[in-house]
Amino acid sequence: MSDKNINIKLKVWRQNGPNDAGRFDNYEMNEIPTAASFLEMMDMLNEKLLGEGKEPISFDHDCREGICGACSMFINGRAHGPDNAVTTCQLHMRKFKDGDTITIEPWRAKAFPVIKDLMVDRYSLDLIQQAGGYVSVNTGSAPDANSMPIHKDIAEEAFDAAACIGCGACVATCKNGSAMLFVGAKVSHLALLPQGKIEAKERAQKMLAKMDELGFGSCSNTGACEVECPKEVSISFIARLNREYLVANLKD
Amino acid sequence: MINLDAKIPQGKLAEKWTNYKENQKLVSPNNKRKLDIIVIGTGLAGASAAASLAEMGFNVKVFCYQDSPRRAHSIAAQGGINAAKNYQNDGDSTYRLYYDTIKGGDYRSRESNVFRLAEVSANIIDQSVAQGVPFGREYGGTLANRSFGGVLVSRTFYARGATGQQLLLGAYSGLNRQIALGKVESFPRTEMMDVVVIDGRARGVVVRNLITGKVSSHFGHAVAIGSGGYGNVFFLSTNAMGSNGSAIWKAYKKGAAFANPAFVQIHPTAIPQHGDYQSKLTLMSESLRNDGRIWVPNKLEDAEAIRLGQKKPADIADDDRDFYLERRYPAFGNLVPRDVAARAAKERCDKGYGIENNATKEGVFLDFKYAIDRLGQKTIEERYGNLFQMYEKITGDNPYETPMKIYPAVHYTMGGLWVDYELQSTLPGLFIIGEANFSDHGANRLGASALMQGLADGYFVLPYTIQNYLADQFDVKRISTDSDEFKAAENSVKAHINRLMNVKGKKSVDSFHRDLGKIMWDKVGMARTATKLKEAIEEIKILKKEFWENVEIPGDTNTINVELEKANRVADFLELGELMARDALNREESCGGHYREEYQTPEGEALRRDDEFMYVAAWEYTGDEKEPILNKEKLVFEETEVKVRNYKTAK
Repeated sequence: MSDKNINIKLKVWRQNGPNDAGRFDNYEMNEIPTAASFLEMMDMLNEKLLGEGKEPISFDHDCREGICGACSMFINGRAHGPDNAVTTCQLHMRKFKDGDTITIEPWRAKAFPVIKDLMVDRYSLDLIQQAGGYVSVNTGSAPDANSMPIHKDIAEEAFDAAACIGCGACVATCKNGSAMLFVGAKVSHLALLPQGKIEAKERAQKMLAKMDELGFGSCSNTGACEVECPKEVSISFIARLNREYLVANLKD
Repeated sequence: MINLDAKIPQGKLAEKWTNYKENQKLVSPNNKRKLDIIVIGTGLAGASAAASLAEMGFNVKVFCYQDSPRRAHSIAAQGGINAAKNYQNDGDSTYRLYYDTIKGGDYRSRESNVFRLAEVSANIIDQSVAQGVPFGREYGGTLANRSFGGVLVSRTFYARGATGQQLLLGAYSGLNRQIALGKVESFPRTEMMDVVVIDGRARGVVVRNLITGKVSSHFGHAVAIGSGGYGNVFFLSTNAMGSNGSAIWKAYKKGAAFANPAFVQIHPTAIPQHGDYQSKLTLMSESLRNDGRIWVPNKLEDAEAIRLGQKKPADIADDDRDFYLERRYPAFGNLVPRDVAARAAKERCDKGYGIENNATKEGVFLDFKYAIDRLGQKTIEERYGNLFQMYEKITGDNPYETPMKIYPAVHYTMGGLWVDYELQSTLPGLFIIGEANFSDHGANRLGASALMQGLADGYFVLPYTIQNYLADQFDVKRISTDSDEFKAAENSVKAHINRLMNVKGKKSVDSFHRDLGKIMWDKVGMARTATKLKEAIEEIKILKKEFWENVEIPGDTNTINVELEKANRVADFLELGELMARDALNREESCGGHYREEYQTPEGEALRRDDEFMYVAAWEYTGDEKEPILNKEKLVFEETEVKVRNYKTAK
């Protein structure tokens, strides 16, 4: 771990509420330790703003371990910033150089209205899950867990899809504001497993219909989402989603 | 004094839960529709309870402060979940899981509750698999297991290093299904501000919408709180930034006794602190201790050379390494329970063998070289790949090449609101589930048991026991939130918010929180003494006074105001921290994670004093400036031989 300090300039999106036009404000931050996380740098900025009697910058964050999916900053034109396979909270200042100017924006997508500053409303993602992202099984009715063996490779692939943290980086990255990677991940995770296969087709139909209804765009296969996904969820799951959807519609 | 009747059912230990279920009162399907239940928190306990209760036919409202129920901090649990399935044919059983848990908790938990936990554990795995949780599997397609600290069997089920995430997404999917069916109404970004008590029963909650600032109330025939633990009283912990103790603290002030607040779990393997700007500590899963070996140099000069960067860990020969857990506890080695491992790390660092180049020189190595030599890098990657990646992102070091540096950090709180066998608090109609209650882990929780307990409470315990309470409540008419009682509760919440806003001080909420955390860590942390605890109580009182005179909260109350949210939580932590110190001072013994330096064996192990302290300390609120009253629930072990905890030999 090499610890040193750097000086940086920040251009941060400030927006008072959904109806405010918003603007970039400029800040200078000196002596930032490179071992600090990006959000710790933001904490320092907020502490500084408080010291000046100014309102701190609002942003979503919670676990700071890269798993809850709350943090959501668009940094220098990339969702979660200039590192691969990380969330904003896991991005560290060692990825920046002394003298850098860092631009920070909220997720921008039709389905994610800005609430304040860098905080956006992603409830639409929950609504998509509510439309069908489950196996219809009641508590207490499950058979013994080993009664249905599942091939190790299948279980591993299901996990790869299930690793999605619901942060919305894919939507924010997609030029169409599509949630296909998010939907593809859930549909694939459940369709791969025998427990979820039974409802696979209806699930694909319902989740996609809800996605369209909520104003997410459609997929044009550029693969940008996959690149920015902090959990490296593969676009092959979009292909699987399309297969499920196609089969479902053929049957109808 | 309050009544601490635990309502333990009759019969032999193994028959109690069956007896209870056979004799409890039930609510008919048509009456379930008439009953409303409020659930606070959407972690494993809250989400599984809300989903299960709604499936049964109750009307459920569920609240969380996060922007989505899926983000509750259960999501961050890494290593696994225990269940007495005995799939490995290694001698596991319900009794053995029960025994490991009660021993691991240093005989400070309630026998009947722990046995029930072990009993329902197997169902949790069945339920999760049915939901599509992608647990790790063997080549033949059956479920895989690994081992965790404090046990001699492999009973831990896992989904790589993200077991909590996968289990929570399972519970969340069940919750979503009920939301879609209209049986659950979900309120994200909404924080509970108070419990409403009418005629001596919990009848609802006051909440604040964190986006609009609007304060409103909701009626429920019963209220269940699953808001998690209060480890963030230490400021630095492995908890999420927003994890807080406010829901249970407000409930405490409304009549729910607070049990064993001093019982805090310091987890042995977190990434060491790297600076005073640090916002949280990141855990490295206990599962790593299956294959990692913990060591420090056995020469002081080597430790110093490593701290100064003059030597690398690889420069220290095997003979110059002190694998201190293997040395001290040969039977369990690196897999001793968390409290034992944490204290052993502190002991080495206090003596100067720490290897981290930070202000306190606190850190030890967790080394995978031996496992990689034995099993190959690919196997290690399969088992722990995402944990290794996380470690590298945070520290910039590659743990395949150089050992991880780790140090204990506050992780979990075994204490919480007192509950009886039915998970009901001393406030009738208020139920407490998951980490928020005190019941199952005694003075120390075993690894992979938090997920087990959260889901046991939510899927398999509360849905039964709450019916016993609600059976005579279905003809209680819904109380309007325009009633005097609800309005009075809302007004008192608004007054509290205004009081915070009117301080108009100069010092940020975080700086008060850091100050509190430092007092707690230094004086109510891993090694406690009467002197330090008394000092802590006085220092916290002074800090609390300063907080109310000088805390800075800019902005308004009718919009997002993160500083206000934090101030509300820190105001409660300042009071809770004092109660923790008070409880630790009262408990003149060492047990589990509670270590009083005055009470230790000649070998430096915890010295329990069963004659005087084999009880649950349940604190009763009496007023803001008044001392709380200590109530005692005597712990009776009918079918368990109480022993001195020993991890040196395989007993």
